[in-house]
Amino acid sequence: MDIKKYIKNFLNYKYLLYELVKKNIKLKYRRSYLGILWTLIEPLLTMMVLTLVFGTLFGRDDRTFPIYVLCGRLLFSFFSSSTKAGLKAVSGNAAMIKKVYVPKYIYVISSIISNFVTFLISLIVLVGVGIVLRVHPTIYILQAVIPIIILLVMSLGAGLFLATLDVFFKDVEYIWSVATMLISYASAIFYPTTRVIGTGNAWVFEINPVYMCIANFRNSVLYGQPMNIEYCVRSGVVAVCLLVIGAVLFYKNQDKFILHI
Amino acid sequence: MKENVAISVKDVGMRFNLNQEHVDNLKEYFIKLLKRDLKYNEFWALKGINFEIKRGERLGVLGLNGSGKSTLLKVVSGVLRPSTGIVRTRGVLAPLLELGAGFSPQYTGRENIYLYGAVLGYNKKFLDEKFDEIVDFSGLGEFIEVPIKNYSSGMKSRLGFSIATIVEPDILILDEVLSVGDKKFRTKCEKKIMTMFDRGVTVLFVSHSLEQVQRLCNKAIILDSGRLVAHGPVDKVARIYKNMTD
Ligand SMILES: Nc1ncnc2c1ncn2[C@@H]1O[C@H](COP(=O)(O)OP(=O)(O)OP(=O)(O)O)[C@@H](O)[C@H]1O
Ligand SMILES: [Mg+2]
Repeated sequence: MDIKKYIKNFLNYKYLLYELVKKNIKLKYRRSYLGILWTLIEPLLTMMVLTLVFGTLFGRDDRTFPIYVLCGRLLFSFFSSSTKAGLKAVSGNAAMIKKVYVPKYIYVISSIISNFVTFLISLIVLVGVGIVLRVHPTIYILQAVIPIIILLVMSLGAGLFLATLDVFFKDVEYIWSVATMLISYASAIFYPTTRVIGTGNAWVFEINPVYMCIANFRNSVLYGQPMNIEYCVRSGVVAVCLLVIGAVLFYKNQDKFILHI
Repeated sequence: MKENVAISVKDVGMRFNLNQEHVDNLKEYFIKLLKRDLKYNEFWALKGINFEIKRGERLGVLGLNGSGKSTLLKVVSGVLRPSTGIVRTRGVLAPLLELGAGFSPQYTGRENIYLYGAVLGYNKKFLDEKFDEIVDFSGLGEFIEVPIKNYSSGMKSRLGFSIATIVEPDILILDEVLSVGDKKFRTKCEKKIMTMFDRGVTVLFVSHSLEQVQRLCNKAIILDSGRLVAHGPVDKVARIYKNMTD
């Protein structure tokens, strides 16, 4: 395998990648009055609702609980929306794929990157809420990059994997939306982990790489602590494995896509 | 591949699986897998196709509906990978297949020029330079700022043609392209294609109009159920085709 050739080939398509990312983002907010501002308003509103429901109702008067919720919500919604977009990336671009030859992974990568861009924009909300609630960042905030990158790699791997399956089996879409819901409940987005650990169900977190990324992200931005190295390594390994499996599956089947879409 | 050959098609076959009941959900797939009941009805849309086109030659492809003409053009332009054999091409390709398709319906004409241009491998600078020319040729005027979903099919084809022919290709692949659009636009397209001919572009041309093929091409082939049954100078092949269809 000639890696250099692949990279050169990929660079030939960087303008296309840019156009596709732009299209995904533009079309998402087209015809909405507030447009791209929704990337900020939406997480803010969900944070408020979740804080209200789960914080107040369950009697949590922790000052930083909104940030706890926001961290989980932002990372998880990046994971869920990017994998969902990746899943549809090949079948959704059927008209284009049938007409002009372009390496098909470009469509998957562009859908993951567009969600990553909106995710990065939405981090502004986190900064704002952090300032309002007087969270004092420490040097460990720099480590937040690591769980984010791990999550990005994981989403890309899952996206390639799901996009391939979706071409052949339409039910993957429904299975994945149920699976995403399950992962979300197991990711401690709006409840403190102690509640689950207290019932002897800590394994839920120990097998959930998405949770591990969220936990490490909270460590660095909310608690100002160093990362949990074990979580970092474990989720990193899962991410790389997923990427390799997804890429191989995609690569092996890509010539058949056009016969099924 | 020899220096003067622009397209070489060697022993090309294209197999499709025509499953009577298309298995596209997991439950059915596993049940059938367990019962060893996964039948594929193989169907060769192209089989054992061999030919070469020299640089500057214009090859017409004749054949009845479903004989494999569009499939052949897709294989040559790289959209479909052939099940057997190899296709080699030399130089910049401009594939004009199903002209109106492939646009993003929510996007305006302007945005689609950039997106579609990028898909065809053009860069931003080139598209900026050629933008006015593309809009001019398409004759869409103010409609260029309107979402494509509000275009008529003729308007879409015109935009598709204008974008795809803005490069100076070495190889032009045309699938019933000159049968879209109104008379005025057709004449305009034909003129543009003629100027490309004058520059010595290599052409692979599919049309159901025998008269058009004879006028535009110097060589021709006939496909019949996926097999190449005749190959030679256009007038000779046209005579054979006439006998076949009468
Ligand atoms: N994606 C596909 N899956 C299965 N069969 C296909 C597919 N594409 C084409 N075929 C089959 O291949 C055969 C050739 O189709 P093709 O479109 O090449 O015909 P054509 O010569 O272009 O016909 P027309 O004159 O109508 O345009 C047809 O029998 C068609 O059913
Ligand atoms: Mg056809």
